[in-house]
Amino acid sequence: MWRQQKFDIIVVGGGPAGSTAARYASMNGVKVLVLEKDRDIGMPVRCGEAVSEEGLKNFMDPDPRWIKSTISKIRLVSPSDYVVDFDMKARGFILDRRIFDYDLAQMAAMEGATIVTKAYVNGLLFDGDCVAGVKGKYLSEPFELRAKIVIGADGVESRVGRWAGLQTQVKMKDMLSCVQKTVTGIEVDERRFDFYLSKKWAPGGYIWVFPKGKNRANIGLGVSGKYCREKSAYRYLDEFLQHCYPNHSVLTTVAGGVPCDKTLKTIVTNGLILVGDSAHMVNPMTGGGIIPAMKAGLLAGETAAKAIKNKDYGEKYLSRYSREWHKIGGKNHERYYRLKNTITELSDEELDNIAKAVLKIPEDERTITKIFLKAVMKKPKLIYDVTKVFAGI
Amino acid sequence: MIKIIQYKCDFCGSCVAVCPEDCIEMEEATLTIDQELCIDCELCVFICPFEVLEYVETAEV
Ligand SMILES: Cc1cc2nc3c(=O)[nH]c(=O)nc-3n(C[C@H](O)[C@H](O)[C@H](O)COP(=O)(O)OP(=O)(O)OC[C@H]3O[C@@H](n4cnc5c(N)ncnc54)[C@H](O)[C@@H]3O)c2cc1C
Ligand code: SF4
Ligand code: SF4
Repeated sequence: MWRQQKFDIIVVGGGPAGSTAARYASMNGVKVLVLEKDRDIGMPVRCGEAVSEEGLKNFMDPDPRWIKSTISKIRLVSPSDYVVDFDMKARGFILDRRIFDYDLAQMAAMEGATIVTKAYVNGLLFDGDCVAGVKGKYLSEPFELRAKIVIGADGVESRVGRWAGLQTQVKMKDMLSCVQKTVTGIEVDERRFDFYLSKKWAPGGYIWVFPKGKNRANIGLGVSGKYCREKSAYRYLDEFLQHCYPNHSVLTTVAGGVPCDKTLKTIVTNGLILVGDSAHMVNPMTGGGIIPAMKAGLLAGETAAKAIKNKDYGEKYLSRYSREWHKIGGKNHERYYRLKNTITELSDEELDNIAKAVLKIPEDERTITKIFLKAVMKKPKLIYDVTKVFAGI
Repeated sequence: MIKIIQYKCDFCGSCVAVCPEDCIEMEEATLTIDQELCIDCELCVFICPFEVLEYVETAEV
């Protein structure tokens, strides 16, 4: 029974960040326990389920069991319905995350990690100023379990960092309040990601239509916390669906939150590492967080395992993880964050004008590179940047 | 104080993420607010995608 065993590392949260961290730590020969509060890994799916093939390929081979659609085109729709289509250089996928998240957890288990569901963590144990384990409830019964390192992979709702004194609260303007419906009874191009950028539909965020086959799609939106005082995300989405897909039927409705921020300044402390949404590692431009969570999970798992071998769990040793993440992701996210701030400040009229300028370029010449080369005005360059970032989700 | 309309909640954690006082606790299917710590800033009310939370005068409860 896991409560009587000794573990080197406890991972809080069994999402992509937690499972990947557990997989790579176990691979390096240390004992890992993953505690997930929900009864089911990966459920409910609070996600548009879009990833780039490029991002996935370092972790696993694409598997038809969890690929619902393969994407090769992007459509951006402006506030007055100017439609700008692009071909993507690299392919994207729409996943079935129920199956995908199970597989990620399975990969960790096959390397030797132990995974437990229905195990809710509600506090940390300390040795002096060093995190030394977790407190929680398993099927309502309290437990305490010590470990050398705790990895906080507890998603947007993360509290693990806060318990250790880290500042992880998400600022309202950077928080996207999201609702997504998986709908059917509609027709979509199953090879295309559609994005609607408009203050009217989703101020401070955007709407996505991600196909899951020809007659089904994840349609959702995120509204910046700066703008949801007047109207909730739920109402924004209903208005859009009534306008664009009046005959849709709903298969699933979920609420969600995406921290569209730069990575937190401090993501490690003595005996603790934060990874994924809990460390604000989502791409702040697109809201895509699966691949960043996995990339950082790999680094976190490997660093934690090395720290255990070196018997050094201090902040200084663990901060190599922060530096590595900054190199492969964090640094770019700072750029995307500035880009996001520019885009979300544009008025609907400005967005329409950008779309019109891009449309002057003949469709068959409208590759991303050509637009970049041809664009003389500053703003079409902006749409180039945006498309490039979205193409990599 | 903040009233929770439990049956509407989807347990997405958005309110927990923005709360400045860390006084919201979200388990698999229960949400509780520590009213002692809550400062009635209403950030959770605004961010909630599903309109689960509502500010009410204490006397109403
Ligand atoms: C509506 C929506 C659409 C999105 N669309 C996309 C998309 O198309 N593409 C993309 O790449 N990203 C998308 N994202 C973002 C993506 O879902 C996240 O970035 C990703 O899931 C982050 O992984 P994670 O492992 O860090 O966190 P999560 O997947 O959130 O996992 C955290 C886990 O920790 C558990 N947990 C939390 N607290 C505790 C606790 N105290 N004790 C035990 N367990 C706990 C949770 O139950 C959860 O299972 C979307 C997000 C939303 C909300
Ligand atoms: S933001 Fe709303 S739906 Fe999400 S957990 Fe909080 S109260 Fe529930
Ligand atoms: S009102 Fe403010 S302090 Fe109170 S629970 Fe909501 S966010 Fe937290």
